[in-house]
Amino acid sequence: MSNRSRFLIIVVLFLVCYFLPTGLLSFRNPVFEALALVKWYARRHVVLCLVPAFFIAGAISVFISQASVIRYFGTQARKIVAYSVASVSGSILAVCSCTVLPLFSGIYRRGAGLGPAITFLYSGPAINILAIIFTARVLGWQFGFARVIGAVIFSVVVGLLMHLIFLKEEKRRHSQGNFVVPQKGTERPLWKNALYFGSMVGILVFANWARPTSADTGAWAAVYYFRWIIVFLFALLLTYILVKWFKKEEINRWVFSSWGFALQILPLLFLGVLVAGFLLGRVGHEGVIPSGIVEDLVGGNSLFANFFASVFGAFMYFATLTEVPILKGLLGSGMGKGPALALLLAGPALSLPNMLVIRSVIGTRKTIVYVSLVIIMSTISGIIFGILVR
Amino acid sequence: MKIQIYGRGCPRCHDLARNAEIALRELGRDVQVQHVTDISKITEKGVMLTPALIIDDDIISEGSILAVEELKKIIESRSK
Repeated sequence: MSNRSRFLIIVVLFLVCYFLPTGLLSFRNPVFEALALVKWYARRHVVLCLVPAFFIAGAISVFISQASVIRYFGTQARKIVAYSVASVSGSILAVCSCTVLPLFSGIYRRGAGLGPAITFLYSGPAINILAIIFTARVLGWQFGFARVIGAVIFSVVVGLLMHLIFLKEEKRRHSQGNFVVPQKGTERPLWKNALYFGSMVGILVFANWARPTSADTGAWAAVYYFRWIIVFLFALLLTYILVKWFKKEEINRWVFSSWGFALQILPLLFLGVLVAGFLLGRVGHEGVIPSGIVEDLVGGNSLFANFFASVFGAFMYFATLTEVPILKGLLGSGMGKGPALALLLAGPALSLPNMLVIRSVIGTRKTIVYVSLVIIMSTISGIIFGILVR
Repeated sequence: MKIQIYGRGCPRCHDLARNAEIALRELGRDVQVQHVTDISKITEKGVMLTPALIIDDDIISEGSILAVEELKKIIESRSK
């Protein structure tokens, strides 16, 4: 950072502090809301949800061979395979948001071409494992599910459309050599890996088992009643697996990698929650932005509401996971569920800064077409979701 | 010896660069770690997963943060 920009930041911070309208009630309220919201997240979503999620993400990045997935993006890969793998592989390849763009550029220039590259670019950020877990936990499983399904289906549609629109150019363009993917050494057998990940997912799922409503009896309520015992059994299994099958340095690498994710994501998430609380408040409490405005713009499930949410999401930058508290705030202020999904689909996939990088890879024309397609697709998915969950 | 880290400047890239610097210092080598952040250069090199470690134009690792000890071994074996 240059001294000039540092200086500008200091000046802005000083001005904010100097003119801090502490006397106004309408200001005190949002500040209180921001702090109350941070507390709510800290109590409800960190220990049981985020911590296990970081460990799962860490395990994926250390123990799952990413090279074996990337093979399917090569020039020789069959198109159907390339598209299918591109649409789902974000869940294990895009754990770190900064890996998406180099992979996209690589698939486009040296691998399977424009279509699969675009498919990966659209679905990757939306279905990374942390995003799915956190979305399902905070916004409800319907949103988690819709986010995955929407991202996977529409990523293939957008990829194919891009391929067809630029078919001529694609045929003329020759990919510049293949890429090399270094293979790593020993691999654990699949069933051991499955048990290892299964036990972690088990802990996550049952520790977060939703409280049954009074009408719910039977299996759901029984599981809720015994959930800590189930979690304990899974934890026992995980301990056994770690002691029996893992070398000490492997465990170290796993913990180190999980810690890396926590370190990278938590500070920004904390800020995101503060901002969401300040601007939007909690359910039933208003922040700085009056609920009426939110409701007018993105309430209900109209074409305009969905379109507006898509455009806003496409240009706005969200740090990893911060889209979730912001959406929670918007939903509390009267945003419709359809527009919320539209924002969720357009938001993490695109932002003004990453549009500029995308443009440097595929050029202005293709970027404009891509952004338009994302906005249109997100709008459509939003409307469909809004109708389904009404 | 030329040591480069390919990556767009995310925290994981910085971790790898820092480990490489520590390894070099502990080996007493006077080599600067270079960063390559330009996405077209990353792609031209054939790197798909960042951060990647490149020594003398050879791709040593992709997508992982190597530990200091591992890096020391690699650097020593490369300089023979």
